[in-house]
Amino acid sequence: MSNSNHRGRAPSPEPVAGNGLINRRALLGQGIAIAGAMGAAGTVTGAAAEPLKDEPWSLEFGSVTPPVQTPSRFEKDVVRTLSNPNGEFRNSHARTPHHLLNGTITPNGVAFGINHCGIPDIDPAKHKLVIHGMVRQPLEFTLETLSRYPLVTRPAFLECAGNSAPMFSNQPMQVTAQAIHGLVFNAEWTGVPLSTLLDEAGIDRSAKWLVAEGADGQMLDRSVPVKKAYDDALVAIYQNGEHLMPGNGYPMRLLLPGYQGNMNVKFLRRIKVIDQPAYTFFETKNYSQVLPGGKTWRFHFLMEVKSFITTPSFGHSLKGPGFYAISGVAYSGGGRIAKVMVSADGGKSWGDAALQGPIYQKAFTRFVMPWRWDGQPAILQSRAWDDAGNVQPLRAEFVAARGETKQPVATPLAFPNQHYNSLTSWGVDSKGEIKHVYA
Amino acid sequence: MSMHKPVAALALALSFCAGTAFAQSPGLGKPITEADIKAWDIAVLPDGTNLPAGSGTPAQGAKVYLEKCSACHAEGGKGGAGPGAGPLVGGAPLTTGIEVAKTIANYYAYATTLFDYVRRAMPENAPRSLTDTEVYAVTAYILALNKLIGENDVMDAKTLPQVKMPNRDNFILPYPDRI
Repeated sequence: MSNSNHRGRAPSPEPVAGNGLINRRALLGQGIAIAGAMGAAGTVTGAAAEPLKDEPWSLEFGSVTPPVQTPSRFEKDVVRTLSNPNGEFRNSHARTPHHLLNGTITPNGVAFGINHCGIPDIDPAKHKLVIHGMVRQPLEFTLETLSRYPLVTRPAFLECAGNSAPMFSNQPMQVTAQAIHGLVFNAEWTGVPLSTLLDEAGIDRSAKWLVAEGADGQMLDRSVPVKKAYDDALVAIYQNGEHLMPGNGYPMRLLLPGYQGNMNVKFLRRIKVIDQPAYTFFETKNYSQVLPGGKTWRFHFLMEVKSFITTPSFGHSLKGPGFYAISGVAYSGGGRIAKVMVSADGGKSWGDAALQGPIYQKAFTRFVMPWRWDGQPAILQSRAWDDAGNVQPLRAEFVAARGETKQPVATPLAFPNQHYNSLTSWGVDSKGEIKHVYA
Repeated sequence: MSMHKPVAALALALSFCAGTAFAQSPGLGKPITEADIKAWDIAVLPDGTNLPAGSGTPAQGAKVYLEKCSACHAEGGKGGAGPGAGPLVGGAPLTTGIEVAKTIANYYAYATTLFDYVRRAMPENAPRSLTDTEVYAVTAYILALNKLIGENDVMDAKTLPQVKMPNRDNFILPYPDRI
């Protein structure tokens, strides 16, 4: 857009990397800079506006204000996608539509859920949590008693170890960010520090493990290091200010910020302090990983640093050259997000994205990168760093260490492996259509 | 209401929690005995801790399997059509690729895991409906199908933890410092 110079008064936006990436300072409350970044396209070549008129909804009394509100009917596509809509006797997933959301807090209605044996219909007045085993005095708690404790509130992402598993495919699957990355969400959690309850029971501090168990039909259980319990574990009873959704663990769940979603045991009813890991089914099979060469990882608790662009992404299309804000989420089980870089040329050059604060430990941070698309093919990528020095690996590095499938994966519902945290690349063609590519 | 009572309660709580750094718990947990927790205390540990009484053989388990398991997992543990009922027998070498199906024979480290999961979760339409004896028997049947025990071996609280699973020593801890 060479004619942007004709505007005269707007400072020319400073490019920071190839293919139209603009210095994030253009976003710092400087409307004039964004105007410059847009070039003349919006103001000179835009269609002439039409005279305004009132729409019907401005000329009538609206509907009743409901007790619980739901999104506008025009937002009907902002829904979770289901893996097992008929409720067969197997697990069922519902994935978060990240490509249709913004900000950092995932609304409870579209927070992802995986349930291995359906969602139990728990009466909170009858639900009990017991803490026993290597303790001085076994104790029983109810939702009512936990609610009387001084509750603490913090944001945290919660991610299935199998999130992003479609990216183990040796060919990029042509599916949305929802299908690829929909098994993570971020929420504000409120609950009782698990350490408070363990102290109250008088834990034997020589114990290294807990087994945490749910009240669902499989009594799903996982071994958890006592170390994590005393770091930042919560017994969570609220999610984004309301009681947990049934599919997210109502009436109480374990929250282990930054650790594999499955370890954050839902419908929590029992914590037994033990002297060895239990080697439960889920830590034995599903949530441990086969490595290239046949060795295997177990007790791979941590969800490592990751980011992905949510807009623009697969399923969106760009409406002609001009200004766009590239935006996405970054998070790390290892700490706070320290830096996100974005590339528009498939990784040849990178620019620092703006991070939207406040930046919390083990929680989503949204990043934004101003971009002027010139209408030529582009490949958009993001890469995150955390404050512990961890960096999101490039795809070549990741595949060298963790492998990829021999054949293309047929469905995004498959889990060929777990703990994928490399880059996601969205290829924009000259028509503005977006494909999933590897770069 | 006196302002001093909560302080006194806190002091009492502190005296009970000597040695702990974070001791301002309101102390609302209700004491319960291990005996009253027993019905829920089902997690079996790999060394056999918490295995119940009872025993079973592969032949006894074959009958239980036919009646309670084969509808989903198919005859002889071959695995059903649905994605939730995978094969219970066999398994490719883990060197096949990172997407290899993880099975009892090629992956599990301890036979106690099989017993524990069958007991807590199977069959999926009626969890906890099998007796401990039936769980021992069907565990024995599946282990024998995989040739991990002999046709006449009896599985009980003593023998089950001794079953040597082929992949036991093939695991790496990526985060040992977090344990």
